[in-house]
Amino acid sequence: MIELTGVEKSFGDNHVLRGIDLTVERGTSLVVIGGSGTGKSVLLKCILGLIPPDRGVITVDGQDVATGDRDAFLARFGMLFQGSALFDSLPVWQNVAFRLLRGALRRPRGEAREIAIEKLRRVGLGAEVADRLPGELSGGMQKRVGLARAIAADPPIIFFDEPTAGLDPILARVINDLIREIVVDMKATAITITHDMGSVRAIADRVAMLHGGRLRWTGTRAEMDDTADPYVTQFIHGSATGPIETLR
Amino acid sequence: MRAIGRATLALLAVIGQLAIFTGQTLSHLVRPPLYPREIGAALFQIGWSSLPVVGLTALFTGGALALQIYAGGARFSAEAVVPQIVAIGMVRELGPVLVGLMIAARVTSSIAAEIATMKVTEQIDALVTLSTDPMKYLTLPRVLAATLAMPVLVGVGDLIGILGGYLVGTGRLGFNPTTYIRNTMDFLEFHDVLSSLVKGAVFGFIAALIGCWYGMTSGRGAMGVGRATKGAVVAAAVLILAANFLLTEAFFST
Ligand SMILES: Nc1ncnc2c1ncn2[C@@H]1O[C@H](COP(=O)(O)OP(=O)(O)OP(=O)(O)O)[C@@H](O)[C@H]1O
Ligand SMILES: [Mg+2]
Repeated sequence: MIELTGVEKSFGDNHVLRGIDLTVERGTSLVVIGGSGTGKSVLLKCILGLIPPDRGVITVDGQDVATGDRDAFLARFGMLFQGSALFDSLPVWQNVAFRLLRGALRRPRGEAREIAIEKLRRVGLGAEVADRLPGELSGGMQKRVGLARAIAADPPIIFFDEPTAGLDPILARVINDLIREIVVDMKATAITITHDMGSVRAIADRVAMLHGGRLRWTGTRAEMDDTADPYVTQFIHGSATGPIETLR
Repeated sequence: MRAIGRATLALLAVIGQLAIFTGQTLSHLVRPPLYPREIGAALFQIGWSSLPVVGLTALFTGGALALQIYAGGARFSAEAVVPQIVAIGMVRELGPVLVGLMIAARVTSSIAAEIATMKVTEQIDALVTLSTDPMKYLTLPRVLAATLAMPVLVGVGDLIGILGGYLVGTGRLGFNPTTYIRNTMDFLEFHDVLSSLVKGAVFGFIAALIGCWYGMTSGRGAMGVGRATKGAVVAAAVLILAANFLLTEAFFST
């Protein structure tokens, strides 16, 4: 279970998170929606301990993120970064198998490579990309390599930052199914950030909307369709008029 | 007055952070795992790939040095000291300093740019989430490799510099080859060579550490990478020259 209480984070005078309270039960899939620049990526990085929050407490299964054994803590996570964040000096398969080639989860090289190729297959990439460098791949392919890397060690908690951004509709569907499968079959806990309402419907157990530094609304997927909250309805219908201000 | 105070405080803060960074880097030496693959790659990048530029720099400098000493020595009929002064000049000062500055240009800049780019593209964050300490995976291999490779590079630079002097001395200035070599060998002391290699190790340490530090503390975006690279090269060069003064003082002041 992931629990956030009163989490605040500012960069200079840019108050990004202004008090986040959130609980994600084990084995559920939460989707976070919200306008661009509202702090969704920052939220994930706070939970991972990559960005220390200014205030508030974050615990995972009761363990405080900021203290304790960081290695053991992080070994339970997989993270797909918004910009993929592949290591550009390593070939694709070594990116995917990074965790399996060193540290506590180390496997023999041949075995790690096989696992990497299997995970690449699951995100729709053939074995022929395994020995290429990330710089030689398209943006959508890089994203999928990042996804394969996030799930390579079958972590119980996985964060996906815009997994389907930049993918064609068919691949987006494949990725949505994959995320759903990981949550259902492997009982993983997932937090996904997405702007794609199709993804929200495909993978969410619960939905949370971030707006103005706070969680404006949380509820189940079914509740989302019935809600009268003008912010949520404007967002899911993508209308330019409504309470959410846009600069024009 | 207040501005000076603030600048001093800022400088002290930077020195403190750098000291912590150095301590963290070194602490990974004794905390397994080390990453031999990374260390090997860094040794190749920093050591082997720097040989051509080090060789060329030393060769031309040694040759020019011989010409200068010959011309200067001629003013008081002391042309014969060319082999000795070339040897001392190269080994004690020019070898380590020039190789150090070339390494600051070549290695510090590339380390800073590489790590800063990794920071900007979230690769450093990705390392952390994959349970890999960036200090252990990126910084230590580079610092270790530079510290080990630089004495060798400086030794090679010293030799090639002396060779440059020898070529000019025997080819242009009419020195007898055997005498030139004997004069060089007889004159150089172990102490001179030791100082050269120690300087090399220290300069290598500085060059890599500063590159990593500027990379890791880089600002965001392409501008951040550019700033980090420029800052790293300037800081490494200045620190190398300052360290050279202190080491010369330690080795040779009587
Ligand atoms: N390391 C950082 N330093 C300074 N400001 C930052 C940093 N990371 C994020 N920010 C700021 O925090 C705010 C939220 O950024 P974040 O990346 O979380 O947005 P987001 O909700 O993920 O947006 P998008 O949907 O466009 O990805 C932005 O204003 C951004 O400029
Ligand atoms: Mg984002």
